[in-house]
Amino acid sequence: MALIQLTTPLTDEVARSLHLGDTVEITGRLYTGRDAVHHRIHKGEKPPVDLRGGIIYHCGPVMVQESGRWVCCAAGPTTSSREEPYQWEVMRDHGIRGVIGKGGMGPKTLAGCKEYGCVYLHAIGGAAQVYAERITRVDGVDWMDLGSPEAIWHLWVERFPAIVTMDAHGRSLHKDLLETSTKAIQALQA
Amino acid sequence: MADAPLIASLLELIRRTSSELPADVQAKVASGAAVEEAGSNAAYAFQVVQDNITLACQKSSPLCQDTGSILVYVHTPVGYDQIAFHEAFVEAVKQATAKGFLRQNSVDSITGANSGNNVGPGTPDLHFHQWRKDHVEVVLMLKGGGCENVGATYTLPNPKLGGRDLAGVENAILDCVLQAQGQGCGPGILGVGIGGDRVSGMACAKTQFLRRLDDTNADPVLSDLEQRVVTKANQSGIGPMGFGGKTTLLGCKVGKLNRVPASFFVAISYMCWAFRRQGVDLRVDGSITRWIY
Repeated sequence: MALIQLTTPLTDEVARSLHLGDTVEITGRLYTGRDAVHHRIHKGEKPPVDLRGGIIYHCGPVMVQESGRWVCCAAGPTTSSREEPYQWEVMRDHGIRGVIGKGGMGPKTLAGCKEYGCVYLHAIGGAAQVYAERITRVDGVDWMDLGSPEAIWHLWVERFPAIVTMDAHGRSLHKDLLETSTKAIQALQA
Repeated sequence: MADAPLIASLLELIRRTSSELPADVQAKVASGAAVEEAGSNAAYAFQVVQDNITLACQKSSPLCQDTGSILVYVHTPVGYDQIAFHEAFVEAVKQATAKGFLRQNSVDSITGANSGNNVGPGTPDLHFHQWRKDHVEVVLMLKGGGCENVGATYTLPNPKLGGRDLAGVENAILDCVLQAQGQGCGPGILGVGIGGDRVSGMACAKTQFLRRLDDTNADPVLSDLEQRVVTKANQSGIGPMGFGGKTTLLGCKVGKLNRVPASFFVAISYMCWAFRRQGVDLRVDGSITRWIY
């Protein structure tokens, strides 16, 4: 399968050109954002960065400061389903075009992807070094009062790999697999 | 510092546990990778996992950024100072956090404040046992939150899953695998505790992870159950990371405890593929004599 190169910021057209199963590599800006960030935005606080056309990475990295500079020691994806109540709203209000995480998301997010032109990009959970290698710079951090794993880190990435598992056309690998595996397990139960 | 050699040994235990996947787990990952179809999403997931295992070891950096709950199982000789050991371990955790071997993972449950050094009420979590040997054994597990979240305790009978028998237990375990999908960073390893109470049952489930993945349960009934669960889970099609595929579980380890007549719990702990568990034997002076896994 062809590897699609994406450069941030993404347009509506680019987001909608992607389909379930596409493999992509991203070059450009990622902002980390997980539970606490989404909750704070949901409560009405304005994000400290411009998210329009941007990609949010569900990730709580390991960061250490060395001679005044942030170094990323590990940065794999965290479970995305915790952002299910809020993600569609961030698409609508702040114009994000991509979400990177793991484990997939639910119907609200899938509907949001279709309506606002966004895709869910799956990274491999636990593979913190593979992804840390693709982070070439840490350019800043906001909302550090939430604690380091929950803060908004400004990452610059080169050829960051991911698979489209939810697209802007209403298709979700996670929805499909839940259906088929439920039938399979029911047939296997004693 | 009086316990400097002990702190140095414990810091090295934390570094290795965080960055090196034990050999028994690596062997299971390799067998899983071998059965997936070339070019599939499952094969891709395994490739990234294997690249990550190599990189983390080379860079001496965390396999996974979620360095998880810090669970420590310690056996000490009679008369050994467990309070001093606890203090030394806490110091090693602070140093490991500053060095980036551990993420800042101790958060106040109400205020959300992060202690910044992994130390706080309940963290790290040490379990002491005495034994009649003359050395100290320390086993460390770093268990990430993603997999911890998909564990569950079932109560039997359950109208959908069955009664208080082996079939009910097996159905409960398979239901847990189904609910977890790819959320727990599969292919996973299950620790199961049958019986006990809500605390001891889950403690029994978690201590199953101290067993080597290639061991055989001494109880033939539980051994059969372990194999059956893995075989059936791997027919579910969930696959690594919930991408679809043939490898949903790398292993299942089951223990049992007596229960009170009124209760029947099946406690299930889900471990991600990044199964970080390592241990050392220490002389009482704190020096390492052996790596356990």
